Amino acid sequence: MPDPTPTPAANASSSTPHAATVEFDHVTKTYDPRAAKAGAPGAVNDLSLSIPAGRICVLVGPSGCGKTTSLKMVNRLIEPTKGRILLDGVDVATRDVTELRRGIGYVIQQTGLFPHQTIEDNVATVPRLLGWPKARQKERAQELLGVVGLDPSRYARRYPAQLSGGERQRVGVARALAADPPVMLMDEPFGAVDPIVRERLQNEFLRLQEQLAKTILFVTHDIDEAIKLGDVVAVFRDGGIVEQFAPPAEILAAPASEFVARFVGADRGLKRLSLTRVNDVELGHAPTARAGDGAADARERTRRNELPYLLLLDAEDRPIGWVDEARLPAEGQLGDRLVSATSPLLDRRTTLKDALSMLLDADVQIGVVVDRRGAYRGIITVEQIAGFTRETAREAQVRADAATG
Amino acid sequence: MIDWGWVVDHLDDLAGRTIQHLGFAVAALAIGFAIAFALSLWSLRQRRVYAPIIGFTGILYTIPSLALFAAMVPITGLSVLTAIIPLVLYTLLILVRNIVAGFDAVPADVEEAANGMGYTRRARLRAVELPLALPLIVAGVRVASVSTIGLVTITGALGDRFGGLGFFIFEGYRRSFPTEILFGAIPAMVLAVAVDLALVAVQGRLTPWTRAEVQPGMSSLDPVTADDVAPKAA
Ligand SMILES: Nc1ncnc2c1ncn2[C@@H]1O[C@H](COP(=O)(O)OP(=O)(O)OP(=O)(O)O)[C@@H](O)[C@H]1O
Ligand SMILES: [Mg+2]
Repeated sequence: MPDPTPTPAANASSSTPHAATVEFDHVTKTYDPRAAKAGAPGAVNDLSLSIPAGRICVLVGPSGCGKTTSLKMVNRLIEPTKGRILLDGVDVATRDVTELRRGIGYVIQQTGLFPHQTIEDNVATVPRLLGWPKARQKERAQELLGVVGLDPSRYARRYPAQLSGGERQRVGVARALAADPPVMLMDEPFGAVDPIVRERLQNEFLRLQEQLAKTILFVTHDIDEAIKLGDVVAVFRDGGIVEQFAPPAEILAAPASEFVARFVGADRGLKRLSLTRVNDVELGHAPTARAGDGAADARERTRRNELPYLLLLDAEDRPIGWVDEARLPAEGQLGDRLVSATSPLLDRRTTLKDALSMLLDADVQIGVVVDRRGAYRGIITVEQIAGFTRETAREAQVRADAATG
Repeated sequence: MIDWGWVVDHLDDLAGRTIQHLGFAVAALAIGFAIAFALSLWSLRQRRVYAPIIGFTGILYTIPSLALFAAMVPITGLSVLTAIIPLVLYTLLILVRNIVAGFDAVPADVEEAANGMGYTRRARLRAVELPLALPLIVAGVRVASVSTIGLVTITGALGDRFGGLGFFIFEGYRRSFPTEILFGAIPAMVLAVAVDLALVAVQGRLTPWTRAEVQPGMSSLDPVTADDVAPKAA
């Protein structure tokens, strides 16, 4: 089971010198001071969050709840009315604003690419502002285009108008990474692309983050995206108030309030299944025998087991199929032709959600889990999946109760 | 109908008057642009001054040119200023409108990204906003230059030392000599077209990205053309 409590990145690679912690300390933002005096709530109210270094923190919530406002206070595009924001313990208000911003990666939904500059020049923006030598700027831009999956020889000299929406998003990410900032702010960076491209960008983003281990504040209003990408998720409601700040598994298993439960949706049970993989669950075992083994012994073992089937394996322990107990001969050898049904083969990395969906479709509702070489490792059933979710929900509830005291 | 002999005899004069014509036009446009640029930056920083600036330059624009040149004489006498000042004033409306429109056309997300990445205000103006405003600014300069080149001819009313190619038009009129009128009018038109084409070429040079295949989102950079602001009629 993945450790649900955020700890400082254990996998921080050598490519990043450091990732910074980000802390919101009782931050309030009211755009209209007169309305505030009259008692109207601001865009963000008394926000306190502590984001560990090297982790992805997703801010998620309905439209207008203050996510963007919270994000922009980190790089001081918006100044808080009250409270402080600390980067590695230093109040951002005390830092020189341009120097602060050059040290924070910033990605926005509309990309904000410079239409009059080539892709290469766009990516090299912050290095240019920092006065790096020309050759190094160029080298860095080419390197980063490669990192985000755009062939520099094809894309470097183009203008943004000559790219697709998804390609522009990648350039936006590359540009934000150019000066290797320890902190990245991303405001719905994958919001403007179709679901298939978004999925791909998300996967690439996660792979990238595994190497970079930056501290990332990621804004979205899509709860599925939040669950998929976040090490921790802050669920906002109107007025920039955090309803729950916890790892995704905990938010799904034990929503802190009615609001969170409604926001994550009635299918949160299924969503939790998508967070867990088959090899996180203790597998069951079926009676097995190899093709060519004696039938009598296999029949005896199957009779003693509660499953009415025997799983026939080949010489390399790869599953061939199920043999119905009733069809097992009293003597002789076991062979392929006895097999009457098959069931889904599950890789150890299959999510429980996919496993469940395959099981519901199968002849025999027993998932056969195999290792990388395809050899049998165990079985998983619908009952096991249900039991696992009940158990983890109880654990999460206990943890949540302990946290709220 | 055209007295070709006369034309050939006066080709030397034509060169001199053309240079004078260009000189007046360029001087007026340069000064007008500098003033308009300053007024535009002021308007962009303080939105509420924009309407009064447009109102005032708009009123200037409606003054009949002949009247304005005449009105200058008691103030500046028959000096070059008498010709240049009205020419400058007539450029302001078009230039301010287009410069402000150009900066307004800079997409908000581009500006926000520039701020977020740590551009200083000055660097942002120079490296991001100005280049993106350029297509509209150049469109304004084109309209203003065509109208200014036309107006320079009117300064011929101030006397022989003025008018550029307009000198031939006034003299031809006085002498009821059509050849001389055409001798001034046709080169003045050619000059206007040539300057316009030159500006198009310059803009192409300065804004290579607009020649890249452009997507629908960028069509807000379509220039404000002569249809939007009619050139000052003589
Ligand atoms: N510049 C501004 N001036 C006044 N009010 C603002 C300003 N920017 C945002 N607001 C208000 O503050 C609140 C929070 O806005 P914010 O942009 O932070 O929301 P959001 O959570 O990012 O929403 P979305 O998901 O739609 O992007 C909204 O009610 C919005 O109307
Ligand atoms: Mg937002």
